[in-house]
Amino acid sequence: MNETKVIKKTKYLNPYVGGVLLGLVLLAANFVAGRGLGASGAIKSAVVSAYTAVAPVTSEASGFVREFRESHQGNPLKTWLVFEMLGVIVGGFISGAIAGRLKLKVEHFPGITSRKRLILAFGGGILFGFGSQIGRGCTSGSALSGMAVLSLGGFITMMAIFGTAFAFAYLFRKNWI
Amino acid sequence: MGPLAVNEIISENTNLLLAFIIGIGFGFVLEQSGFSSSRKLAGVFYGYDTVVLKVFFTAAITAMLGLLFFSLFGWIDLDLVYVNPTYLTSAIVGGIIMGVGFIMGGYCPGTSFCGASIGKIDAMVFVGGLFIGVIIFGAGYGIWEKMYMAKFLGFPKVSTALGLSDGIFALILIIVALGMFWVAEWAEKKFPKAEY
Repeated sequence: MNETKVIKKTKYLNPYVGGVLLGLVLLAANFVAGRGLGASGAIKSAVVSAYTAVAPVTSEASGFVREFRESHQGNPLKTWLVFEMLGVIVGGFISGAIAGRLKLKVEHFPGITSRKRLILAFGGGILFGFGSQIGRGCTSGSALSGMAVLSLGGFITMMAIFGTAFAFAYLFRKNWI
Repeated sequence: MGPLAVNEIISENTNLLLAFIIGIGFGFVLEQSGFSSSRKLAGVFYGYDTVVLKVFFTAAITAMLGLLFFSLFGWIDLDLVYVNPTYLTSAIVGGIIMGVGFIMGGYCPGTSFCGASIGKIDAMVFVGGLFIGVIIFGAGYGIWEKMYMAKFLGFPKVSTALGLSDGIFALILIIVALGMFWVAEWAEKKFPKAEY
């Protein structure tokens, strides 16, 4: 039993090595494109694209679409973050394939049901998606990339995200430990 | 020289191709570090697995130092690198909402795509939630537009705001990070490691 635990643990990269590699990827993004990494921005592109296709310009969403258009020309799906996120899916898949971690499953703490885990994941996703728009970026685009370029806003968002998650950890503890 | 795309050294299409390749690196490193597992990610908030803190801060410091060195060598013009704007109200409000989403859902947007890519169904559901969240933001844009645009401070650097040079701030951040890594290593020994 102990042996399998050790093997499981060493299957992942050393976190400090992983951190340096992630930092180099972020540095490469800045060197190539003059901007950092991101994730929620790609979803925004897709949603703007959908709104442009279906919603009339008079709807509430028109302000949202206009705000996006001010900083992005052309097809909202032909943006840096959309291509980057497609890469993330490929890169994650390759890593999972190499490590033998490709498996369809609901991962959850044994103390809760899969159903509860999925409900919480869905709710958490809605909040994170909404919050990432308010905060102009998520953990990648606002917090991590913002910190690398010493953005004050990036540091504030980082502290707000992690501070709040720590503050609410006790409330949600039965779902995790 | 850099940033390559801003200085038009590479074409727009090459930039997008490189975005895809950089994304592959991003997804690969996230997955290799264990960020495809919500239980590993949430571990930092209970002390049983602090991989998030270690990877996150090591990455931020590596990239920050890399940019400072590149600038020193004349390889990149930092004035052409995008610095995130600071809207004080929305940075805090957005961060708080994201923090609740994090502890509830166990993922953040980037890591959920990563988890979904290796077949985590909970990650796929989280991604579905992300879309709903962004759609809600767009649908009710007029309701929160005022708050979203409030307290715009421009594009300040945290070092400038604290009255420090970039180099001194970087040094302080490294020392703070080393302190946090020490606490993280201690916490992992103190709190029982879950098996997953």
